[in-house]
Amino acid sequence: MKMFKNSKTVAVLIAAFLLFALGASDVLAANAEPKQKNIILATTTSTQDSGLLDVLIPIFEKETGYFVKTIAVGSGQAMAMGQKGEADVLLVHSPDAEKKFMEAGNGVNRRLVMHNDFIIVGPSADPAKIKGLKSSAEALKTIAKAGALFSSRGDNSGTHAKEKALWKQTGITPAGQKWYQETGLGMGQTLNVASEKKGYTLADRGTYLALKKNLGLDVLVEGDAALLNIYHVIEINGTKWPKVNAAGGRAFADFMVSKKTQGIIKTFGVDKFGSPLFFPDAGKKVEDLGK
Amino acid sequence: MNSIMTVQNLLVRRGGVTVLDIEEMSVEAGRVLALIGPNGAGKSTLLLTMAGLLKPDRGRIFYRGVPVDTGARRSEMRKSVSVVFQESLLLNTSVYKNVALGLMFRRLTTGDIRKNVENALAYFGISALAGRSAKTLSGGEAKRVSLARAFALKPELILLDEAFNSLDPPTRETLIDDLRHILEETKITAVLALHDREETLRMAQDVVVLADGGILQSGTTAQIFNQPASEFVAGFVGTETILEGTVRNNRNGLLEIAVADKMIEAVGDFLPGKAVFCCIRPENITVSDAPQDKSSARNVFEAKIQKIVRQAFFYKMILDCGFVVVAYITVSSCEDLRLCEGSSVAVSFKATAVHVMPRER
Amino acid sequence: MELIVQGIVKAFELLLSFDPEVLGITWLSLKISGTATFISLFFGVSIGTAVALTTFPGKRLVISLINTGMGLPPVVVGLFVTIMIWRSGPLGFLEILYTPYAMIIAQAIIATPIVMGISLASIQNLPPNLRLQILALGASRMQMVWVLIKESKLPLLAAVMAGFGGVISEVGASIMVGGNIKGYSRVLTTATVMETGKGNFDIAIALGIILLILAFLVNLLLTHVQQRQRLR
Repeated sequence: MKMFKNSKTVAVLIAAFLLFALGASDVLAANAEPKQKNIILATTTSTQDSGLLDVLIPIFEKETGYFVKTIAVGSGQAMAMGQKGEADVLLVHSPDAEKKFMEAGNGVNRRLVMHNDFIIVGPSADPAKIKGLKSSAEALKTIAKAGALFSSRGDNSGTHAKEKALWKQTGITPAGQKWYQETGLGMGQTLNVASEKKGYTLADRGTYLALKKNLGLDVLVEGDAALLNIYHVIEINGTKWPKVNAAGGRAFADFMVSKKTQGIIKTFGVDKFGSPLFFPDAGKKVEDLGK
Repeated sequence: MNSIMTVQNLLVRRGGVTVLDIEEMSVEAGRVLALIGPNGAGKSTLLLTMAGLLKPDRGRIFYRGVPVDTGARRSEMRKSVSVVFQESLLLNTSVYKNVALGLMFRRLTTGDIRKNVENALAYFGISALAGRSAKTLSGGEAKRVSLARAFALKPELILLDEAFNSLDPPTRETLIDDLRHILEETKITAVLALHDREETLRMAQDVVVLADGGILQSGTTAQIFNQPASEFVAGFVGTETILEGTVRNNRNGLLEIAVADKMIEAVGDFLPGKAVFCCIRPENITVSDAPQDKSSARNVFEAKIQKIVRQAFFYKMILDCGFVVVAYITVSSCEDLRLCEGSSVAVSFKATAVHVMPRER
Repeated sequence: MELIVQGIVKAFELLLSFDPEVLGITWLSLKISGTATFISLFFGVSIGTAVALTTFPGKRLVISLINTGMGLPPVVVGLFVTIMIWRSGPLGFLEILYTPYAMIIAQAIIATPIVMGISLASIQNLPPNLRLQILALGASRMQMVWVLIKESKLPLLAAVMAGFGGVISEVGASIMVGGNIKGYSRVLTTATVMETGKGNFDIAIALGIILLILAFLVNLLLTHVQQRQRLR
């Protein structure tokens, strides 16, 4: 052992290793308790980027003792995770895809949580002259005709799904056009791209408001009924995937539609942006929204 | 004879090529054996095999009469055999820790390690370097540390591979002297791979000449140098006459050296009684048909021509004047003097033409 | 321009006020990447040394595989680890997807070939006879290996730094297997990506500065040790 003794380096390395190992283990301690404690929430980037979940989740965790792992991806990917039983609960905004998801038996108990709206934003110079148009489809048509740059999420998210639906109404196939760019990024980053390149994009109002201060983009088209952005919470079918934490998913879904949470949603963002980012809708019918 | 190590029937192949093929070789206890031969002769391979660091494809090694044929016996043998490589191979730490390395492997107590290390450093005159980092040493210092590291283990047998290579001449001179004294004093048996004839003369009592992995000749140093078994050996050890003698008298640097039953005069500084080699280059020896009194040469002997060998532009003569000397003579003088084998001639050489070297006893 | 200046000013405010969230993210990054590096050190050095010191058929192939592994794309590792550990994956029963464990595993997989490749090369770069010399001095096999590792401690230190530098600045795999969960698996790089997306450039810049400082400190330490070794 003499060889080892005179080597201070080794002692230091071992000590450091233990320190790290112990340090890491206390981070992981949360994971060591009953496994049912963890809930994987697959959601859209807009709920995270707007900061809403940063407010709601700590409250939920404190009340229930659950630990929520929020995986912020596009609605498309969130549902793909749900489809494989890799998530316990979804908070998404892609109604058409959600219906298919439910029909396939992947989820149970889809409930309306809240809505806000989509807006078409663009540079204040507005080269395609869409400002004030009432119809979003009309606005897109105008942009296409002018050949003005349009930034698309291109990531199968709820916003992307909405955008594609609007393009379908116009009869234009934007994919492959020179003025149409797919970023493949989240809402916040796509807004940044549009701002930098002086392009147009479709955004949810919440994310736009949250980022507005850094963007050179104005709201140009809003208020069209087709631009409603509706969020549902979906519990993943625990009978289909036994590993899914169905109880946890249910608890989170219940929490999202509870009176208290709905109250928080109603006022969220008012202090910062002057107006709320989301409108609570629990218990309402989709058809009644925006009226 | 008391042999400490014997190898038998040794065969080492590398990549399908035989690099070593030795029927038998012995290392006598308490003596210094030089392995000489050109580069690639197999000296290093033989040393590694003797050290148990290289497994031969065939053959056996006996250490103190016991065959070294199991892993246990090999590690047992390694405890009493030290190896010093051509490169100094010091670790990137202090000189002290380098010398202590082998002792640490043997799990000696700190006190014993200190004692042995300090002794070994003192032997090689490098006590002052103990605290230095090995990376800052000169080539000569590093070699001394590497030797001290081997000697600190108090081995019975030490194997040195080209220990003096890549040292500048003065450093080499003093290291050779020191090492010889240490070997004399400690009576440690040594095998040295060398390729310099003078180093061989100064260090070794026995010589093994290797070429192409085989032994060309083995014997005492005087035998190898004076009676090379082949042209190859002769070419390698040189054709110089090497005579064993004993200093009888020293008069202000003029030595009288007894060689066989004759007395040779030479220049040097040795005390009477000292065993020496007298080396005389063939071109410094004059051959004439009769003793010439007017010759300024101090050494004049009658001789008989034993053998005449025709070389390119001269004859090489082996002459017996009570001791054997080699001389060159031009083709024309040879014919002028009408010399042939058996003729009587006079041999003369100056006292300054004799190179005197100390010899081990 | 104003945004950048503002961002930097805010960033220093956050740093100097020891913002608990920023500190937490930094500490978590250090813990996760540090643990991953030490795991990679264990496997990398032992396997690298073993490969360097032994001869076996196919050694060249193994060495070139290790060298290829040094450039393993982190996102590929992230994808592979995700597939292995998601609920329906072969290691799904461990339930470690979106945990720091998963991040440590992915980062260790990224760092191990780096450490392995550098240890392999550094042991191979030692004089070939050094092994024999150490054995000749009476070392057991373990003692010999230990001396060799100690002898190449400088390049090994470089290996640690390269491995640590590689994983702490890695984002692709971390976000895939860790999920960027606040206070749990959110590290400097994933947080920087997210804050940039959210438009919180000040926080993003602060996190970026911390990453730079960490990289600088790591290199400073390395240079310091190397210089000390050289001057001694």
